Amino acid sequence: MTEQPIVAIRGLHKSYGEREVLKGIDLDVHAGEVVCIIGPSGSGKSTLLRCVNQLETTTSGSINVLGEETTDDDVDIDALRTRVGMVFQQFNLFSNMTVLKNCTVAQRKVLGRSEAEAKEVALKNLEHVGLADRANAHPNQLSGGQQQRVAIARALSMNPDIMLFDEPTSALDPELVGDVLKVMRELAEDGMTMMVVTHEMAFARDVADRVIFMDDGVIVEEGPAAEVINAPTQERTQQFLKRVLDPTHTGE
Amino acid sequence: MRKARMSPKRRAALSRAIQYGVLVVIAVALGFAADWDRIAKNLFNVDVAKDLLPLIPNAFVNTLTYTAAAFALALVLGIVLALMRLSSVGLYRWLATAYVEFFRGIPAMLVVFSVAFALPIAFNVKIPSLTLKAALALGIVSSAYIAEVLRAGIQAVPKGQIEAARSLGMSQTRAMVTVVLPQAFRIVLPPMTNEIILLTKDSSLVFLMGMAASQFELTKIGRDALNSGTGGLTGLFVVGFAYLCITVPLGILARHLEKRFGEGSRK
Repeated sequence: MTEQPIVAIRGLHKSYGEREVLKGIDLDVHAGEVVCIIGPSGSGKSTLLRCVNQLETTTSGSINVLGEETTDDDVDIDALRTRVGMVFQQFNLFSNMTVLKNCTVAQRKVLGRSEAEAKEVALKNLEHVGLADRANAHPNQLSGGQQQRVAIARALSMNPDIMLFDEPTSALDPELVGDVLKVMRELAEDGMTMMVVTHEMAFARDVADRVIFMDDGVIVEEGPAAEVINAPTQERTQQFLKRVLDPTHTGE
Repeated sequence: MRKARMSPKRRAALSRAIQYGVLVVIAVALGFAADWDRIAKNLFNVDVAKDLLPLIPNAFVNTLTYTAAAFALALVLGIVLALMRLSSVGLYRWLATAYVEFFRGIPAMLVVFSVAFALPIAFNVKIPSLTLKAALALGIVSSAYIAEVLRAGIQAVPKGQIEAARSLGMSQTRAMVTVVLPQAFRIVLPPMTNEIILLTKDSSLVFLMGMAASQFELTKIGRDALNSGTGGLTGLFVVGFAYLCITVPLGILARHLEKRFGEGSRK
């Protein structure tokens, strides 16, 4: 495959003061690929994701997204972000707006779409996540799982070229996780390019094209999902997966 | 098993009855202790109040005018100061903090005097309108408080809200205007109501600047009535009631707004 990757990260370092959380990351994500990033908390995986759309500034290294150098001071980061959808652990729906308004506000004010077009796009995406009937509800009237699906519809309404998911199911009650993962799986099947930070190993194994295991600010192991999760070669990956997949034996 | 002397339910009922009883006893005791004749003559003198009544509408409007003008200025100044306190420029932050600490820390009366008498000396200017002078003095003081209220309100909006807005391609300014400020508005509504009510009462300081009879506000009317010798404190009670006619509806309006804007917010 010779086409340019959607995301190309080279030698990425990120420090908070003295503490270095990313210690040299190299990573390519190609069009249509689903990449899951797993690893213990504090390993830097969320920071890595947030660097892709520059919610975190980088210390050194380069991140090329859709052909634009995000670390370049002259890049129009707002324009680039419209093409990079993001879904947060805490949903972050705008609490002063209805579900529909959440999905139309950026279309109207950033993309300059007409009211009618924005509404049509929003309703199509809400339909997609199964919540078109809640368009006039306020976020606090929805369950966590419904809020997260609205957040996905909101991001999709900008017609992004890539979607970033930052632990999208970590704040959900267990019985609500499935609905969100189902939407994400459908999205992957439709060919969306996705970077997903997650603790859902089953999702990573079944949906991801590639799994990245991070620990202590570096990529320890990466490869096809089945290989990394079912037959990891690195000791740290093996330890992590054992703790996650078989938590009752942690004390051994 | 031993039976409890009194069930918790009955004990609670008895406790409530005692609390009501205490209240009634206090009210009756006060009623007997008070000298009703002197109260009628010196505190609620109907004849004096009737004489005062024609003066009230104009003073009422003046009080509202000084307050509204001061609030308009205080709000603009307060927004600027709040944004300065949240600015990434250190000097702005420092200046705004110094301003807030200074004007919050000195008596409002000092500022009222300064605007009326020190400003003309220092800058050789004479502000022609009393309303303008009142707005300037009270606005300067009130903006210090309002700046703090607004800053706290803006900071109380979860950081994730602005991150979500930025991730959708909104600029910092647009995210602020579309997402943060509307949410901050609901948060600051109760403390802001306090500020307006305090400002309404601070307008009683305007008389220190010197004023013509047509410019009298409520407190000035009350003080003049007090000094006139008849009716004792009646005048002050009349204007006190007039203040309540402003502040109580304000409180009701604020609660109504809070309820309306609260609809979409987190519980």
